[in-house]
Amino acid sequence: MLATLIIVFREVIEAGLVIGIVLAATRGVPRRGLWVGGGMAGGIAGACLVAAFADVMADMMAGSGQEVFNASVMMIAVLMLTAHNVWMAREGRHIAHEMKSLGEDVVIGRRSLTALAIVVGVAVLREGSEIVLFLYGIALAGGDSVLSMFLGGVMGLGLGGCVSALMYLGLLNIPTRHVFTVTSWLIALLAAGMASQAIVFLQQAGLVTLLPHVVWNTSGALSDASIVGKALHTLVGYTDRPTGIQVVVYATTLVAIFTLMRLFGHAPRSPERRNKVRRDACNA
Amino acid sequence: MKRFLIYSLALSALLPFAAHAEDYVLTLKNNQFSPKVLTIPAGQRIKLIVKNQDATPAEFESSDMNREKVVGANSEIVVFIGPLEPGSYGYFDDFHRNTTTGIIVAK
Repeated sequence: MLATLIIVFREVIEAGLVIGIVLAATRGVPRRGLWVGGGMAGGIAGACLVAAFADVMADMMAGSGQEVFNASVMMIAVLMLTAHNVWMAREGRHIAHEMKSLGEDVVIGRRSLTALAIVVGVAVLREGSEIVLFLYGIALAGGDSVLSMFLGGVMGLGLGGCVSALMYLGLLNIPTRHVFTVTSWLIALLAAGMASQAIVFLQQAGLVTLLPHVVWNTSGALSDASIVGKALHTLVGYTDRPTGIQVVVYATTLVAIFTLMRLFGHAPRSPERRNKVRRDACNA
Repeated sequence: MKRFLIYSLALSALLPFAAHAEDYVLTLKNNQFSPKVLTIPAGQRIKLIVKNQDATPAEFESSDMNREKVVGANSEIVVFIGPLEPGSYGYFDDFHRNTTTGIIVAK
């Protein structure tokens, strides 16, 4: 039972931390629960499909189907997180400064919410498919331990949910004026970590052979296998033995996100302000 | 047609598939990996074939080598590993992470 509990707990935390960040980033956006819930439901449905077709997928692309699939969905998540950050850099600042009409809020929310619902879906899909396969294996193996393992699974789900909820509640305590900065950083680091993990999948498939050597080893200080290491792996892409290409991809993703936020993130002037400028110009 | 062939050839030369990697095999049966200790050359990328002869799915995973891949019941997968520094690297079946383990030694 303990083994099941630990496995389900680990997977749930990985998806749960991503959901926690998304919820923190969409604080105060109307109907966000619907979108995040939709992302989770889609992810669970996808996870069952992925688990059911795991064999077929492994055989695709000369046996690299799994890696190509994983790398692709992770890169989609990276793009969605980047888009969200850029949109928020554009709109978020004046959401915080001005009272907005409800209609406008919904419009701003919808585009970003779609992107973030996809990110939630991808996180649940990836971790969920492992849980589904694992539970399927237990069911196949049979025996009288099935009940206790399912109990372990439910407890793992509950515990993982609690840890994720605690992180989310922690994020809620950030003062409103810092929320934008903090969530932008969290999302940028999350995206960089995902991009670097996507590259590992391509290395594993033999599709990327550039800079394959491990650059440093901090497994003595904080192992990837520990719960803290695994949580940091999900949150900021921590890995105890990164390869050269991982470091390059991680840094490039971060620089790209902040550059795009700077380039396209200037908040458009509000109509009143624009009119005022025009009036001032006429008066001059 | 001729031009297509030339392009294809040029393209295939650029593909990393062409890079040489030696084959090594791990077999999973009755929830045990064999060989228990697999020795591979250090500093070289190798192609590891993991064969699952059990009726339940497994996940070949290694924190030490940063690899993870699901192996369906009665099927096999390919995972590229390394180049590794000399040393010993643990791996396990993530679905039985305490009981189904093995070691890869890079020399």
